[in-house]
Amino acid sequence: MQFGIFTVGDVTTDPTTGTTPSEHERIKATVEIAKKADEVGLDVVAVGQHHNPPFVASAPTTTMAYIAAQTEHILLSTSTTLITTTDPVRIAEDYSTLQHLTDGRMDLMLGRGNTGPVYPWFGKDIRDGIALAVENYALLRRLWTEDVVTWEGKFRTPLQSFTATPRPLDGIAPFVWHGSIRSPEIAEQAAYYGDGFFHNNIFWPMSHTKQMVALYRRRFEHYGHGSADQAVVGLGGQVFMRANSQDAVREFRPYFDNAPVYGHGPSLEDFSRETPLTVGSPQQVIERYAAMADHVGDYQRQLFLVDHAGLPLKTVLEQLDILGGEVVPELRKIAAARKPAHVPDAPTHASRLAAARTQQTQAEEVAR
Amino acid sequence: MSTSTSTDRTPRRVVVVQAGVGQPSSTRLLAERLATSTTDALLERGEESVVEFVDLRLHVHELANAMLTGFASGALAEAVEAVRGADAVIVATPVYQASYSGLFKSFVDILEEGSLKGTPVLLAATAGTARHSLVLEHAMRPLFAHLKAVTVPTAVFAASEDWGAGGLDHGLAARVGAAAGELADVVAGAGRPRRTPGRLDGELADPVPFEQLLAG
Repeated sequence: MQFGIFTVGDVTTDPTTGTTPSEHERIKATVEIAKKADEVGLDVVAVGQHHNPPFVASAPTTTMAYIAAQTEHILLSTSTTLITTTDPVRIAEDYSTLQHLTDGRMDLMLGRGNTGPVYPWFGKDIRDGIALAVENYALLRRLWTEDVVTWEGKFRTPLQSFTATPRPLDGIAPFVWHGSIRSPEIAEQAAYYGDGFFHNNIFWPMSHTKQMVALYRRRFEHYGHGSADQAVVGLGGQVFMRANSQDAVREFRPYFDNAPVYGHGPSLEDFSRETPLTVGSPQQVIERYAAMADHVGDYQRQLFLVDHAGLPLKTVLEQLDILGGEVVPELRKIAAARKPAHVPDAPTHASRLAAARTQQTQAEEVAR
Repeated sequence: MSTSTSTDRTPRRVVVVQAGVGQPSSTRLLAERLATSTTDALLERGEESVVEFVDLRLHVHELANAMLTGFASGALAEAVEAVRGADAVIVATPVYQASYSGLFKSFVDILEEGSLKGTPVLLAATAGTARHSLVLEHAMRPLFAHLKAVTVPTAVFAASEDWGAGGLDHGLAARVGAAAGELADVVAGAGRPRRTPGRLDGELADPVPFEQLLAG
């Protein structure tokens, strides 16, 4: 099972000091956080894509390439790549380039974006959100799997004899996750293609996450990609830890109370009960997250949001030390012990290349 | 939410959503009268019923939280589910500043799209003066038309003076009786299937098949 972090790349004032990082500081901090995640042994770091303040993360592949150049093992991903407002031709080219530069140490998660005004800035309409995700991804797949594409659709210029370059590394398209919180159509899309499905449940009760994952699993099996429990599932998470749980609560509460999304609403205690937010000791986090699989089945990827609500860089780096040092090794053990052999790990470039080679060898043997 | 066959004799589920905040509350009083009258009217038409009250004053904090978090939690989640699975809904609000109260609208705002589609609804409101009575027609009825609910023609308004006006065959009592009768007629009407309440963790229905989405 993969464990990692994801960020949306927001610039938020630290409510305890009134300090707001500059865009420059925030972008540099994102890189520092990713390097630290690599250093403490996490598997994945995912960066956001937004085109409106207070976010600075508008160019994910640039940031990913820069991080990849300074890290050894960690896999680069997105949270999320906007499939609605980004030209699929550009996604094909940018991410194939990244795939070559990183020797396959990357994948991507597609999302639609829920901010109405962003769509027209890119010549699109939020009311076409699902239709854009469907058409653009269908084209993106063809651009990666077919060398020469002739295509016509509703949302972009037709293509005559177009070849997206570079071609994917080793002829294998980057692995794709589809992220959605509330849209069954996106769970259906992930299931149809046999791609991964990521439910960013950080603001949602488990009853809802469970329903969406169950739907994806059921449809994954329906489309013949394997049994429901072999579907590729990712979840979000949100934690804040200190050795002593009271210290964690005391330190995190002002950040929680003023957080951009849920701040000034529910109490930290209420929100922790309803959502995956866990503020306490490393042991409490281990217990809570080890139990996630009881609700959604054995899953492949767990990403934590750690750099939000104005938390200073120093604190975020400390959180990563705890996460990588104490929490994830324990969660890895627990996940490995409970996962049946037929449930796959999250696909990587190496595992997909090996699978493709096996398939080719078998085909050659049959031909002989 | 699912429906069962018309031969099923499980009681009809009447859910009363009332936004009165006083203790005691005249809005609650009116809602109770409408509920009792509806139960009686249903019985006259051969239908047993059970009544469930959603007193919004108990959910004020949960509603504020839901505005920011985007989901209903705790008892509020159960209230939302009760409304979605109701055979009939009675709604009653006090009039504040020439319209339904903010508390009342806050509850309506968190209902998922389609929650009241096709549901028979009886509209009711209270105020200190009868000059507000058209709130039912100018604010409440358009709101429930938007929600695609089936509102019954008689909406019941009670001003302070109505509580002291006499007579069972005219005035408030007559309006309550008429509205309850209309609601019972719709609920007990031929072929209206019974509803069974949904479950918060129930299975999601199959989505539109992907080939269909791909075809645009």
